[in-house]
Amino acid sequence: MRNVDILIIGGGPAGLAAAVSAYEAGARNILILEREENLGGILKQCIHNGFGLHTFKEELTGPEYAQRYIDKVLEYGIPSQCDTMVINITPDKVVTAVSRGAGLEHFKAKSIILAMGCRERPRGSLATPGWRCSGIYTAGTAQKFTNLKGLMPGRRVLILGSGDIGLIMARRMTFLGAKVLACVELMPFSAGLKRNIVQCLDDYGIPLLLSHTVVDIAGRERLEGVTVAKVDPKTLKPIPGTEEYYECDTLLLSVGLIPENELSTMAGVKISPATNGAEVNENLQTSVDGIFSCGNVLHVHDLVDFVSEESAKAGVNAYKYVQGQLAEDEETLEVVNGFGVSGAVPQHISKKLDEPITIMFRPRGVYKDAKVCIDVGDVQAAEKKSRILTPGEMVTLKFTPEYLRKNANADKITVRVEAQQS
Amino acid sequence: MIKEITCIGCPMGCRITAEVDGDRILSIEGYTCNIGKKYAQEELTLPTRMVTALMKVYGTTQPLSVKTSRPIEKSKIFDCLKEISRHTVMRPIHIGEVLIKNVCGTPVDIIATKELE
Ligand SMILES: Cc1cc2nc3c(=O)[nH]c(=O)nc-3n(C[C@H](O)[C@H](O)[C@H](O)COP(=O)(O)OP(=O)(O)OC[C@H]3O[C@@H](n4cnc5c(N)ncnc54)[C@H](O)[C@@H]3O)c2cc1C
Ligand code: SF4
Repeated sequence: MRNVDILIIGGGPAGLAAAVSAYEAGARNILILEREENLGGILKQCIHNGFGLHTFKEELTGPEYAQRYIDKVLEYGIPSQCDTMVINITPDKVVTAVSRGAGLEHFKAKSIILAMGCRERPRGSLATPGWRCSGIYTAGTAQKFTNLKGLMPGRRVLILGSGDIGLIMARRMTFLGAKVLACVELMPFSAGLKRNIVQCLDDYGIPLLLSHTVVDIAGRERLEGVTVAKVDPKTLKPIPGTEEYYECDTLLLSVGLIPENELSTMAGVKISPATNGAEVNENLQTSVDGIFSCGNVLHVHDLVDFVSEESAKAGVNAYKYVQGQLAEDEETLEVVNGFGVSGAVPQHISKKLDEPITIMFRPRGVYKDAKVCIDVGDVQAAEKKSRILTPGEMVTLKFTPEYLRKNANADKITVRVEAQQS
Repeated sequence: MIKEITCIGCPMGCRITAEVDGDRILSIEGYTCNIGKKYAQEELTLPTRMVTALMKVYGTTQPLSVKTSRPIEKSKIFDCLKEISRHTVMRPIHIGEVLIKNVCGTPVDIIATKELE
């Protein structure tokens, strides 16, 4: 059994930023465990630009952004072990991992940072009829094939879901010589950024079919085509008679991301049904003492900059915990999702909060000329105007300790949107 | 001629309608702030894009990720991709290394975005 002060699970941007900030705070006994061959997480395959505008004030590609943190980890000499998969965590922080090199290993950690990222919703969760033919991939898998392995998933492509990964793959596949027939979205609005819709679809004349879905899949061995139908925007049910057949050999799914929390559950960490990630307090500490969570395993982020910022906090707090300097919060207020708000993080804020913190959430729908409000108990403590809120873009709010003074008897904090749904 | 563009300045995604005559912009409507106006003017006169792509590397099937050193004229995207696909590079390669100078006769270079030992 090896003793480690801070054990970080996952070597993506979250794990890297946590390691760097823990080191800079003074921690020396840190270890990063990563199941893939290299550090960098999902960024290794995101070769498009658009990363790091907040952090570095320039637009980097995924590998470039990751390298900045990898370089720091190397410079500080923070140990990392790749090709190592963590398979168990106990509530008393014993971590089991397997690797080809060392076989089964056990670590006893004073503090653990969960930074395992998320995975894509697969076909199985869609319940579309048809054979289990080849040619159906999640957009991220296709991205891994093209960008890391130099392989081409197919030639005539349809995309289901309009998440950013799907949009970006529409452009990548076009660049690689494939024909992308359409991008099909169930909702009446896209989950992707405007910028990606313009620069990945409009630029190449790829239609975005809103309020449409795939109702049938043809092909036994290999995908031969898919049937697309319009849906009623209210019930989201296909409208009979609107079916259209698209001949294609590839269907890419970009229908959502799920935080990868199997390990967290083993450790006894309480999972929030709203985010599918851990419930945390303002220190990003989970319900298990000394276990922290950050990045996409905590809640799905749209910008890696927010991941790095959040994870840096987890790193510092994990070190404070190891030093016995992290105040225990006996009394916390629950953060409640009000109208239009889903998955606000953190879920608990200490009554003794002494520094400003950030609350993040995703709007439930598209709201124009909206206001985001924070209520402490039944007293409104803050509001922030926004011309538009969409589910594709996370909202960040500052929460300062002064807000708590507005209502000393409050039993909860509510985050809510005031607007008309458009 | 009437041209329609979607502003990417913020999630509002304003629909901007412009009347153009060749290179001349006769009118622009539909933007709600100056970011949109400026964006539309650029898009109507000389639209540019960053291009990211993959390049072959000798001795491996795994590609190298590359990008344009700055945005390139939109009309040259596919020529630029063709030129990139004609190149094969040797390791080691470092981030920022220039792999193609003046791609397609533009002042733009193609540079590496990945470390390859
Ligand atoms: C395709 C795609 C495109 C994106 N585009 C943009 C963009 O243009 N701009 C932007 O700012 N953001 C973008 N993002 C978002 C941003 O990249 C992510 O929010 C960020 O990478 C999340 O970092 P992470 O470290 O939490 O997760 P990840 O990067 O997923 O890293 C998690 C790591 O944990 C490892 N791991 C998991 N389980 C275990 C285990 N049991 N044992 C050991 N290791 C484990 C994984 O192998 C992985 O390396 C994009 C995301 C995706 C998926
Ligand atoms: S014109 Fe202004 S408000 Fe409209 S999308 Fe562009 S930046 Fe946003």
